[in-house]
Amino acid sequence: MSDLTVDTPVQPRSNAGRQKPLNGVNLVRFKKITQVGIKSIFSHGLRSMLTVLGIVIGVAAVIAMLAVSEGASYEAQQQFRDLGASNILLKSVKPAEVEENSRQGFGPPQAVVYGLTNADITTIRDTIPGVSNVISSRIVKKNVWNLGINTNTDVVGTTVDYPVSRNYNLRAGRFFSQAEVRDHANVVVLSDEVANALFPIDNPIGQSIKIDSDYYNVVGIMESEGFSNLGQSQAGSSNAAPSRIFIPFTASKSRFGETTMRQTAGGMESETVELHEAIIQIEGQESVIEVGEIIEQILQRRHKEVDYEIEVPLALLRQAEESALRDQIVAGAIAGISLLVGGIGIMNIMLASVTERTREIGIRRAMGAKKRDIITQFLVEAVILSGVGGVIGVVLGVVIPIIISIFWGMTTIVTPIAPILAFSISAMIGVIFGIYPSMRAADMDPVEALRHE
Amino acid sequence: MTALDMQFKESASRHALAGSNVVARVEGIRKTYYMGSLAVEVLHGISLDFYSGDYVSIMGPSGCGKSTLMNILGCLDQPTEGKYYLGDEDTSTMEDDELSTIRGARLGFIFQSYNLIQQLNVLENIEMPLFYQGYAEVESHEIAMSLAERVGLGDRVDHKPFELSGGQQQRVAIARALAVDPLIILADEPTGNLDSKSGSEILDLFDELHAQGKTLLTVTHSDELAERSMREIKLRDGEIESDERLNS
Ligand SMILES: Nc1ncnc2c1ncn2[C@@H]1O[C@H](COP(=O)(O)OP(=O)(O)OP(=O)(O)O)[C@@H](O)[C@H]1O
Ligand SMILES: [Mg+2]
Repeated sequence: MSDLTVDTPVQPRSNAGRQKPLNGVNLVRFKKITQVGIKSIFSHGLRSMLTVLGIVIGVAAVIAMLAVSEGASYEAQQQFRDLGASNILLKSVKPAEVEENSRQGFGPPQAVVYGLTNADITTIRDTIPGVSNVISSRIVKKNVWNLGINTNTDVVGTTVDYPVSRNYNLRAGRFFSQAEVRDHANVVVLSDEVANALFPIDNPIGQSIKIDSDYYNVVGIMESEGFSNLGQSQAGSSNAAPSRIFIPFTASKSRFGETTMRQTAGGMESETVELHEAIIQIEGQESVIEVGEIIEQILQRRHKEVDYEIEVPLALLRQAEESALRDQIVAGAIAGISLLVGGIGIMNIMLASVTERTREIGIRRAMGAKKRDIITQFLVEAVILSGVGGVIGVVLGVVIPIIISIFWGMTTIVTPIAPILAFSISAMIGVIFGIYPSMRAADMDPVEALRHE
Repeated sequence: MTALDMQFKESASRHALAGSNVVARVEGIRKTYYMGSLAVEVLHGISLDFYSGDYVSIMGPSGCGKSTLMNILGCLDQPTEGKYYLGDEDTSTMEDDELSTIRGARLGFIFQSYNLIQQLNVLENIEMPLFYQGYAEVESHEIAMSLAERVGLGDRVDHKPFELSGGQQQRVAIARALAVDPLIILADEPTGNLDSKSGSEILDLFDELHAQGKTLLTVTHSDELAERSMREIKLRDGEIESDERLNS
């Protein structure tokens, strides 16, 4: 022990050099104990990482899940909102029996008559109060030409209010006017797709296109957005038209007539339909669903067969909202359970760590640590771990929906409440489950903690 | 001895045991453990005085209550009955926080199984009691460094406990026990886990501490330790069997 004997003996220190033991709330002591907590996090690297990971996954999963479900329900509702919440949509549908009969017939093709009539619309307009406007449309499938270029599209004969009623916007030019409707004018508004197909280079406005043997002057171009498949799927033709063009209702009637020929698998087929589509606008949304029912009754009385379809976007919207709420409750419940499971995981790690560290607590207590020093140390650890985990989780939870949107084209919506909720719940779980075991360990007699293996 | 006496007198002006050089006194200490409905009294009324600068060894067969007594002397455990004066204070009326403070400020512990914190290095382990006493970082660093050198581990200060031998770990524990310059150093079987060579080295260190006037209280099964001490107390079944001063 030569190394001991060469050393100069330690002089007994006087009390003067010693700071008074710190009592009460003391920032210096708190800062020091915070440092111990931080140090402890790093010296238990794997366990700290697992704790953080548990919180990150829990928080991120909750936020992402809610964002996806919120986005899905928004998308569903938007489809119906596009149709106009104060509208009722009527469509002519070829009844199944009529189709059968015409197929079996051997003689010359007879025109099949079905669908909505002008008389239906007049009755609806005259008997139901609160109907502010009716926009009737005829839809005929035609080849449209610009010199040598042609495309097959639905030609919609309609009235001036059509774009407003469906929330469609014009990209260029204008929609046709009341005067043009009155005059059976040969004017046309193209959809974006048709405009691009027929006029790949030129500006189509002011140019002419040819349908059958008539020329129509292009006055406007519609924005392609707003064409929802739901609105056009059944009308006019069996396949949904990729796009539409619009001419005055009167022009459609006088140029194409009410009977149209159609190419089918079995040869030519002709059908007579007065109106293909009608948008009935109601004053005020409150009565829309009720009016929808009345219209349905009127049509039932007036038609022997069900050769029409009625669609109330608001009713569908309500249904979508209801199912969205259900989805969100389910998603919320799953999210809550995943947070809880995450929390139990965290508690498990914390509990194991305190059990493992009970001896350390005993040693620290023997060396002069007070109960609250121990609790503070573990609280600092828990707060830092769940805080860091929560922040990373929130960042991931916001980024993941964005990635989902970009790569899968799904609408995702992160509402502010989701990150706040996920973060505070996880922080709470982290802190409570983190501090509870340490409180128990700090409450032990030092002897007991020291005896702990 | 004289330097320490002076220091002791200076700090003990309000001393309950003022006038004498008694640093700790137990009066009629009893300790009962309750196991379910069964009450087992382990200490049957022990009264002892411990003097400043003394080197005491407590011996006795296994289970006679030596550790129980040491834990009470270390304020790690409370007696069921009886009084314990430490320095100028009566510990039997103290709250948990006060007991923590008195453990940290007045007592130094040496355990059979060293009880170092594995995540902390040698220096940080030595600093720990200073930390809880609110020493400034620079000062506690200085003290810990000089104590590490004092116990021959000046070149190992950044090692973790598991990188050290048992004897070296126990020397870290001794340095830690000395850090706050306590009134009493308590050692429960300090050589119990060590081979005879490193055990002897620890006892050499104790001799030096004794020569410097430190008060040492040890529990041991080692005859060598008992022979080197100044006063040998023998316990049997929770009672004092003998208490004799050794001439050396
Ligand atoms: N927490 C406890 N609960 C119940 N009984 C206990 C407890 N601690 C100690 N005892 C009992 O008290 C008696 C004295 O124990 P103690 O540890 O003081 O003995 P010891 O003299 O230190 O023995 P050894 O030399 O083996 O260390 C033993 O009979 C033991 O079983
Ligand atoms: Mg013992």
